[in-house]
Amino acid sequence: VVAEIEKKITEAFEVFDRESNKTVDVREIGCIVRSLGCFPSEAEVHELLAKVGVEEPGGFVHLEKFLPVMTEVLLDKSYQPIPEDVLLHAFEALDENKCGYITKEDLVKYLTEE
Amino acid sequence: AFKAAVLIQQWYRRYVARLEMRRRCTWRIFQSIEYACEQDQIKLHNFFSYLMDQFTPSSSKERDFISRMFVSGESYKEAELEKYCDYESIEVPDSYTGPRLSFPLLPDHATALLEAFKQKQQLHARYVLNLLHETRKHLKQLPNISHVSTCYSEEVTVCGDLHGQLDDLFLIFYKNGLPSPSKSYVFNGDFVDRGKQSLEILIILFTFLLIYPKEVHLNRGNHEDHMVNLRYGFTKEVMQKYKVHGKKILRMFQNVFCWLPLATLIDQKVLVIHGGISDTTDLDMLEKIQRDKFISVLRMKKRNELSAKPEMQAINGESKSGTDAAGNEAAPRLSLQPQSAQAPSTANRLEFSRWLRQTVQEQMDTCRRLVDISESESEELTCSSMVSLKDVDEPCWTRQEEWKQILDILWSDPMPQEGCRENKVRGGGCYFGPDVTEKFLEKYNLQFLIRSHECKQEGYEFCHNRKVLTIFSASNYYEIGSNRGAYVKLGPDLIPHFVQYQANKTAHLLTMTQRQGIPVVLISRVEESAFRALREKLFAHTSALISAFKAYDGDNTGRITLSNWATAVESVLRLGLPWRMLRPQLVRSTEDGMLEYKSWLDDLAMEQRSQEHIQSSLLEVIYRNRSNLETIFRIIDRDHSGLISFEEFQQTWKLFSSHMNIELTDDGINDLVRSIDFNKDGNIDFNEFLEAFRLVKQCQ
Repeated sequence: VVAEIEKKITEAFEVFDRESNKTVDVREIGCIVRSLGCFPSEAEVHELLAKVGVEEPGGFVHLEKFLPVMTEVLLDKSYQPIPEDVLLHAFEALDENKCGYITKEDLVKYLTEE
Repeated sequence: AFKAAVLIQQWYRRYVARLEMRRRCTWRIFQSIEYACEQDQIKLHNFFSYLMDQFTPSSSKERDFISRMFVSGESYKEAELEKYCDYESIEVPDSYTGPRLSFPLLPDHATALLEAFKQKQQLHARYVLNLLHETRKHLKQLPNISHVSTCYSEEVTVCGDLHGQLDDLFLIFYKNGLPSPSKSYVFNGDFVDRGKQSLEILIILFTFLLIYPKEVHLNRGNHEDHMVNLRYGFTKEVMQKYKVHGKKILRMFQNVFCWLPLATLIDQKVLVIHGGISDTTDLDMLEKIQRDKFISVLRMKKRNELSAKPEMQAINGESKSGTDAAGNEAAPRLSLQPQSAQAPSTANRLEFSRWLRQTVQEQMDTCRRLVDISESESEELTCSSMVSLKDVDEPCWTRQEEWKQILDILWSDPMPQEGCRENKVRGGGCYFGPDVTEKFLEKYNLQFLIRSHECKQEGYEFCHNRKVLTIFSASNYYEIGSNRGAYVKLGPDLIPHFVQYQANKTAHLLTMTQRQGIPVVLISRVEESAFRALREKLFAHTSALISAFKAYDGDNTGRITLSNWATAVESVLRLGLPWRMLRPQLVRSTEDGMLEYKSWLDDLAMEQRSQEHIQSSLLEVIYRNRSNLETIFRIIDRDHSGLISFEEFQQTWKLFSSHMNIELTDDGINDLVRSIDFNKDGNIDFNEFLEAFRLVKQCQ
């Protein structure tokens, strides 16, 4: 099972590996993690990167370092999605006027505020 | 509320990431299939080598048949060419409403042509031929390496591959302006093939070339080559559009292509070539080569010309494979190793012929210089005349070295690793590393290279520490929405400025929206196209896949794990794709992580199969080899009529199937042939044949 997980991770990694040298831009890690089925928040992605050992934003991540950390994530089933009904509640929480919808501007505002 | 926002953000980012992954996988699929297709070209070459090495014609008919494959086109001296492709006798009827050209051309002619093509009109054959004659006259005076200076016009615009996509050329002219005394252009090759309007592009480019000879510069690309055109669509396009005069027009193009300059130098600092360089690229040699001698960089040797030589006769007599100096040299890098795809028995025969080659090494060296590059009778070189080439004033490099120079310029690709190695994927040229680039730039005191040849998502891409720029001008190359096109402008400061575009509005929306909110439907279109192509490929390898699956299914349960499925598929298809990521799109149903492979393959077959009564294995084989088959047909069909005789078809098929080690009885072939001879007149319209099996490519 572990071998299979590692193969999956390697495949996803290689899709983003532009120069075929087993490294990806650190900014793509979030994308890779998410395309493997996880739902981390931005903060959680940063945590992950810290575990992998990358601090500065302009760096590269090597497959060797990424693989064990990501394997653990998948085995532990970390960063699972919250069920959809909870997601619905989240939208309702933001819908102050209770009108059943949020405008794009409001949504953008909420998502980009820290 | 904050938590809510974070939650939504989590979902949203995951959604975006998934789409990004899908987009990249789609890109990978297209790219790997494109290059695998070019790899087919290698197999085609090996097929021809095999024929030359192994096939002993048993009858004069067969001998003719084979020699026709290699002697493509009679040789024409210049005067004969002019006579044959004469245009003056062609009358233009009064009813013709298209543009009428007169020479010397004027800017008004250019605008008339642009307008006409926008209205989907066609230029009369007489004017096409006239234009080609004038173009040829002009190109002949040009050196191999054109020189452009940014002090005469403020800036130079460099465009990459256009591949018959006229809309992109229109877009470039719209955004950047037409060529003029104050607007210089360099077009970096690959004007034709794949897209449907290669002719129109060439007509427009040649027209501007003649009107503004100082400002418009064209480089030859690897697709400006009639052997490549046979396969990738230009030949077909010309014959379809010009049913009466197509042959003449093609002949002229063949000649014009070989007169195209090989490179352009901007301010002595920036070199523009179509493909790339190798560690042996020598600009001095390139300047001095007689470039018109290299009609096709992929040509096979003339078998009969060699056997005419008394020296070669002896070798021919001694070993069947005497002519594999030919097979060897026509593409020295290609035929050295037997492909692993071939069956052992064939491989053994190649081994044998290789050994024979080695035992007559000395004579081979002499014959090596008889590499047949030109078609012209007057260029036939005997051994003695080869020797006389070694005059004191003449450079004494060999034809083979010259050929390699051109091949490398037109076919090479940059790679991130250092060094320089054979480009096996394309079957020609090299992969060159940043160190090769560095050395080269230093040697010739250049600042950077501009090249094309590879499709890039954003239309352009730097590599090798910004010393190599790839510029690609055919947007939506693989499919609508697949990529942008771009062109680059250089001023006297030689700092590149890029302009990107996409020829289709919805397509523009498609690539743009990666960063905003994405209508999933649009991505799906491109994706579906990629997966359709992929499923076709899988189907074409059904037998091999079954064997591979069985290897993992020891107990013969008919099921394998998804993990093994991925490994098996890659081992057969060798496309280097992320199969585990692609699996959900390719495999519909699984039970507890296991796949029933036979029924999966059956499902694939059902999508593809059109004619039930043809053996499915045969269909599979045809699918896999259809591009090659089509190319071979076109080579046999000398008069470009679209028809070949019953017998020729049977012979082709027999040779092909023996080379590919396909079991097929004579009855099987006869059935096949009979079923496609719709008129029952003994002639096969191979377009119908390919059509009947839905083998004609999607773009048709």
